[in-house]
Amino acid sequence: MNLAIILLNHLPVLPEVIVLAGACALMIVDLRVTSERRVVSYYIAQGVLVACAAGTVFVQWVDGPTKLYLFSGLFVSDVMSNVLKLASYASVWLALVYSRQYLLDRGLLRGEFITLLLFALLGMMVMISAASFLSLYLGLELMSLCLFAMVALNRDSAQSTEAAMKYFVLGALSSGLLLYGMSMIYGATGSLALSEVARSTSQLAATTTDRAFLVFGLVFVVAGLAFKIGAAPFHMWIPDVYHGAPTAVTLVIGSAPKLSAFAIAIRLLVNGLPELAHDWQDMLALLALLSMAVGNITAIAQSNLKRMLAYSTIAHMGFMLLGLLSGVVGGNRLSADDAYGAAMFYVIVYVIMSLGAFGMLLYLSRAGFECENLDDLRGLSRRSPWFAFVMMVLMFSLAGIPPTAGFYAKVAVLSAAISAGWIWLAVAAVILSLVGAFYYLRIVKLMYFDEPREGGAVPGHPEMRLLLSANGLLLLAFGILPQPLMNLCFVAIQKL
Amino acid sequence: MALPYLSLAVWLPIAAGLAVLAAGGEGNARAQRWIALAGALAGFLVTLPLYTEFDLKNPGFQFIELTPWIERFNINYHLGVDGISVLFVLLNSFVTVLVVIAGWSVIESRVSQYYAAFLVMSGMLNGVFAALDAALFYVFFESTLIPMFIIIGVWGGPNRVYAAVKFFLYTLMGSLLMLVAMLYLYNKSGGSFEIVDWHRLPLPLPAQGLLFFGFLFAFAVKVPMWPVHTWLPDAHTEAPTGGSVVLAAILLKLGAYGFVRFTLPILPDACRQLAWLMIALSLVAIAYIGLVTLVQTDMKRLIAYSSVSHMGFVTLGFFIFNAYGIEGGLVQMISHGFVSAALFLCIGVMYDRMHTRLLADYGGVVNTMPRFAALMMLFAMANSGLPATSGFVGEFMVIMGAMQQSFWLAFIAATTLVLGAAYTLWMYKRVIFGPVANQHVAALQDLNPREVIVLGALAIAVLAMGVYPVAFTEVMHASVDELLRHIAVPKI
Repeated sequence: MNLAIILLNHLPVLPEVIVLAGACALMIVDLRVTSERRVVSYYIAQGVLVACAAGTVFVQWVDGPTKLYLFSGLFVSDVMSNVLKLASYASVWLALVYSRQYLLDRGLLRGEFITLLLFALLGMMVMISAASFLSLYLGLELMSLCLFAMVALNRDSAQSTEAAMKYFVLGALSSGLLLYGMSMIYGATGSLALSEVARSTSQLAATTTDRAFLVFGLVFVVAGLAFKIGAAPFHMWIPDVYHGAPTAVTLVIGSAPKLSAFAIAIRLLVNGLPELAHDWQDMLALLALLSMAVGNITAIAQSNLKRMLAYSTIAHMGFMLLGLLSGVVGGNRLSADDAYGAAMFYVIVYVIMSLGAFGMLLYLSRAGFECENLDDLRGLSRRSPWFAFVMMVLMFSLAGIPPTAGFYAKVAVLSAAISAGWIWLAVAAVILSLVGAFYYLRIVKLMYFDEPREGGAVPGHPEMRLLLSANGLLLLAFGILPQPLMNLCFVAIQKL
Repeated sequence: MALPYLSLAVWLPIAAGLAVLAAGGEGNARAQRWIALAGALAGFLVTLPLYTEFDLKNPGFQFIELTPWIERFNINYHLGVDGISVLFVLLNSFVTVLVVIAGWSVIESRVSQYYAAFLVMSGMLNGVFAALDAALFYVFFESTLIPMFIIIGVWGGPNRVYAAVKFFLYTLMGSLLMLVAMLYLYNKSGGSFEIVDWHRLPLPLPAQGLLFFGFLFAFAVKVPMWPVHTWLPDAHTEAPTGGSVVLAAILLKLGAYGFVRFTLPILPDACRQLAWLMIALSLVAIAYIGLVTLVQTDMKRLIAYSSVSHMGFVTLGFFIFNAYGIEGGLVQMISHGFVSAALFLCIGVMYDRMHTRLLADYGGVVNTMPRFAALMMLFAMANSGLPATSGFVGEFMVIMGAMQQSFWLAFIAATTLVLGAAYTLWMYKRVIFGPVANQHVAALQDLNPREVIVLGALAIAVLAMGVYPVAFTEVMHASVDELLRHIAVPKI
């Protein structure tokens, strides 16, 4: 009886428990599975993800819009965490399905990949639900360590190893920065719980000495966050890691972690340090501008698709920050929900686009051939008209052309920025996104206007064909009816 | 009003386009052509009631359809037409039918994609003219870039990639700045994307000035006005015939339409302040581009430059703020839609046979293609503004309007009558008359029935508009008067 109540009180961690148990079980089962029957592990992982999704939906259904703190304020469960977790499961699941054939062809579909993926997911979920510096950092490190290992999965490849090394060193540095910033804020406020930090900063921020102390910590926190999000000038690891990692792992890095990075940005800045909004908004403005400029302009010069998409990520994260920095205007939080909701909508749409784009690269790769140069897309519309169309939708969505979801994402954040009075930033953003349109157009040009270098249709797993098509069409569907996803994001932010 | 004609005008062609795609494959091109023609005809037929059932006395919007679309941003699926926009919906649907017929035997590769692109674009263009919600307008406005980009890039000439990318980026730059302007207005109006709400929104002069330039970039690139016209000759030259036709007849009108729908009524004070700038740019387009047109050696490029010059007349008409000017500008837009479409089709007819567009390769075509020469004569005359053709009406009205402002304005504007006649008739003379230039010309076949239908339909339209322009202007009167009354009231 007593146990039942304890269990019931801890219901919100059900999905985390499922992932943890599933990942551990998988590790054991995988030992007994021969490499020919590795698919078993693959299906177990899918089962775990489905169970998690069911668990999260159940938690949401039981708890409704209430915000629950568990484990003495280490863990929070609210609508935003549930929405972002569901999006993370979906993107991890898609990553798993998209990479299956690719990994099989390269002999990389090992238990390690699947197990690490699940543990990385656990880390992301902890980040998304973090209510204190401690749990936030633990989740972050769990995720990062799994991703470091995944980048080096193909251990014979010098490029992958180099990428993993860079990722590890820079990741450790950024974690250090974040930790240092957190320790400063902890020193000033005397608490690790974010709600407590928010309460004491509102008193401390009034005095100049304490404020300076807090802002000092804030600088490091923002720098650490910028590293994790991949905003310029802390973006150096992104192109190398995206390029060096096996494409399947690039797909993983480029999708779900963006959601959790967004979540910790919200938790730290919006939940934890709202009193310093004026300071961090200015910092984010600079990061946003630099990211959009560096990302879009450098992407033009890339001939490698993975690098190009890496720079495109940087630019998109800059755009996302535009929403994040438009919440508080002169101490007034009236339009804050709109702005953060817009940023959340942006990041979810971006993840859908990123999954589709890297999924397409996986789809076009086959045993002994990596699709990673721009020229590999040449004449795709001749070889596979349907997937050329899907890729075109993805590219126009990334460029933010209607009628695709990317357009509304752009409109939502621009509208937030303009209503917050950041008109010069909005103008800069649209001009830089014009620069960005060029390299997305170049891909459409390669696919449609040029003749293919090799003939023949593109083979592909039916499962993957179906999901990749659905992925592209989803962007078109959200481009015509963005209302449901938008509302979901805004509700999630309102209940924050 | 029984059926949602405007929605049908938007979605029927798009549905037909998707049907053509679904019928895919290179094998059954014949079926695809017929589906495309059926879709285009159906699209045209549903727009006819817009004209027959149009209430001439009502200056406001008619055939209104209003459904909430994205409630979070207060965006509505709001369609409606007034005297200013209704004719463009008709023009667009009419031209689409001609384009489908004109591409019948010319396009042999990727037939389904070609027709799908045109039909989808036709639906979107109807959407641009019918949208009463600015966000909806923008979605349609920018979406049209995608099919046009594909049309130029896939079926275009040798330098098509450059032309397609230039076209896309130029227009995108303009529309992105317009997006910022629109979001600013959305904010200022307290969260409304309704164009009519913006018409009533009071705005201080500095804000109006900035917004004016935001919109100006978008519309000036589309019109195109000097000096942002350079994408047009490239796009026209490289596009396939059908692409050039739609580009000249419809896409250029989007910019001019934007001036009447957004810039003039939303920012009347800025417009009055900056009218000198617009008039100056228009006169440069008329006179300078007219001279540039004279020296072109490529026929398509020549007609493209002539389009810039003719569109200069339209913007001139809009910014002299009287009924003659605005109505003349609108008439000129429609007339130019017919005439430029016809001239590009004429060039297409010759290009399909000779595979060259250079004037130097032609001469004496009349000897082998007499029927063609006769029809082209009519269109050349219309392009130079001969009375009793549609080209005369608009130019005459704009010059009348300009005369009310100042004599010298009218004088410079009237140079177009000289220059227009010079470049069009000189081109005509070099191509059609004289001795037969070479054995390719000697081997030319006269028009086939399909080409006669297309050019004949346009010839009837050009003559009808020239002889009885009232059929077109009476539709506009009420709305144009209302617009002028609206502009006259300062809203600072």
